[in-house]
Amino acid sequence: MKIFVCVKHVPDSAATIVVRNGDQIEEKITFLLNPYDEYAVTEAVRFKKLLGQAEVIAVSLGRADSEKTVRSAMAMGADRGILLLSDRREDSIFTARALQAAIEQDGEPGIIFTGKESIDMGGMQTMFRLGAGFNFPVLNNVVKFTPDISDGCVQDGVSGDKHNNLKVRVETLTEGGGRDVYALSLPCVLGAGRGLNTPSYPTFPDVVKARKRELKVVPVDDQIRESRSDKQGRGGTKIVALELFAEIRSPKQIKGSAKEVAKEIVRVLKDEAKVI
Amino acid sequence: MSRKTGVIIEIRDGVVKDANYGVVACAGKGGTELHAFVIRTGDGKTESEQLRRELEKHGIQKVIEISLDAGKIDSLNMLDWSDALVQALTAYEISTLFGLTDPVGRELLPRVAAALDAPLVMDCIDVSSDHDLARTFLYSGKTIATIKVTGDIRLFGIRPNVIEPSPEEYKVVATEPSPANRAAVVESFVAKKSQHDNISLVETRAGDGSGNDLLAADLIISGGRAMRNGENFKLLRDCAEAVAALGAAATAVGASRVAVDLGWVPYRMQVGQTGEKVSPKVYIACGISGSVQHFAGMKMSGVVIAVNENINAAIMSNCDYFVVADLFEIVPALTEELKRK
Repeated sequence: MKIFVCVKHVPDSAATIVVRNGDQIEEKITFLLNPYDEYAVTEAVRFKKLLGQAEVIAVSLGRADSEKTVRSAMAMGADRGILLLSDRREDSIFTARALQAAIEQDGEPGIIFTGKESIDMGGMQTMFRLGAGFNFPVLNNVVKFTPDISDGCVQDGVSGDKHNNLKVRVETLTEGGGRDVYALSLPCVLGAGRGLNTPSYPTFPDVVKARKRELKVVPVDDQIRESRSDKQGRGGTKIVALELFAEIRSPKQIKGSAKEVAKEIVRVLKDEAKVI
Repeated sequence: MSRKTGVIIEIRDGVVKDANYGVVACAGKGGTELHAFVIRTGDGKTESEQLRRELEKHGIQKVIEISLDAGKIDSLNMLDWSDALVQALTAYEISTLFGLTDPVGRELLPRVAAALDAPLVMDCIDVSSDHDLARTFLYSGKTIATIKVTGDIRLFGIRPNVIEPSPEEYKVVATEPSPANRAAVVESFVAKKSQHDNISLVETRAGDGSGNDLLAADLIISGGRAMRNGENFKLLRDCAEAVAALGAAATAVGASRVAVDLGWVPYRMQVGQTGEKVSPKVYIACGISGSVQHFAGMKMSGVVIAVNENINAAIMSNCDYFVVADLFEIVPALTEELKRK
């Protein structure tokens, strides 16, 4: 079975952001694997081990330095990597199409994992578009994944392609910490949420082994761009301006005994915030 | 020819979510024809006429109650709702759909957008009256982006509680409703239930956190590392309850990532980059240092009050009021003072 994991190279959430040209960020900062994608890669590798015969392929759309992130995913256990090169900041619609084209070119997917959202763009939608493109069921914010191996779906032989109709049980996180439990058959697209598993960080030998595995770098197909012509009315999104969010608070200290402080806070709640 | 705009109105257990009205205010800015698509989850009835009047006050012209042809819609199945919504949007020729960026919106909006292959911007803090520009946070909450949206159909998920609702003075409606009276009309839309052979909802488990809705809260009191353990969060709960008891605000208790990672409180209470992004009127941070990731989750709060023994904690210079003291003295004192009111 081919287990695909879509990963993204994103700025470290602790990095200082500087805006350039009014619509870009200064990119000489630390970039790394999107935190939610760590759960996706870890689950993909765990699933591969369960199946016994499968391969995990990390796919990413990004600039050349995204290679670092694809290698991180490989150090976490992905067997191969595919990097689709694009210098532009692409929206979810384009990204989903590009990832779909790359996955289709590689072979029939048995399952596709992604992270539930990226911390830079927070679009929260690429996995749904992938699912729609492939006509696979999609679930996001997945916190539990239980394949039903007893169905005997792991077949002998090189192709191991008898994965269609492998049943899986998936739990997603809902309001107030609730759960929705679904029964699905593969192939499907799953967006990994926090708590799906505990990612274990690669050791130095893992990193070295990953360097030797195949990572294919290909320019993203420009045909994908043309097929989204606005003549079809489908449209898209584009960042036209970016500004730093300035914290404009002027802190005032509340001094005094606990009782005095409490009285002042109550005053703020009543007179300023009007919540009491 | 005016654009027709749809707004998802969420009714949970018979109650309309307050945050919906802010979305309506945003959607109606350009004077488009506003359609409310009612999504009912849970149990409980809402009186149809009462709903119609309330929505009408906020500028809705049509209220569309969605149901499925194959008997009762499974009120909790988001797959059924999104399929039904796609059919309804097409039938009513909706060009822009608005919803909340909350658990329901995070399921419905991207599914609908993907089915229609239409652009979607989530977590917006504002949208232009022409529905062609949206403002949202990008890069871990550190920047605000203006995003241009093109296409015949557009979708927007609004961050809860950042836009003020704008109800009009309720006017007495004449017996002959006319456009001048802006009387809202209620219609039914029966969608065809789609076949999903490869996926089914098997079970729904309610969380035990449903009484602690961070997204709906007007006041959130959160604890961090200095809380020392999970039991101590009771102090914050008592304080939140004391505020709620005064009847003017919905309250909730939150936590920083540290408190969750240490196993003191469940993940659903986490506020921050990888937790919930909240915008209450008041955010009280107790024993929280104020990491970049925590700020990403609460920077849209109205008044921020920080209680911390360390004057150099980052949050102390990024709040509205700070108290250099032990939260174990301040919080109980605050609860007591509130109970006195």
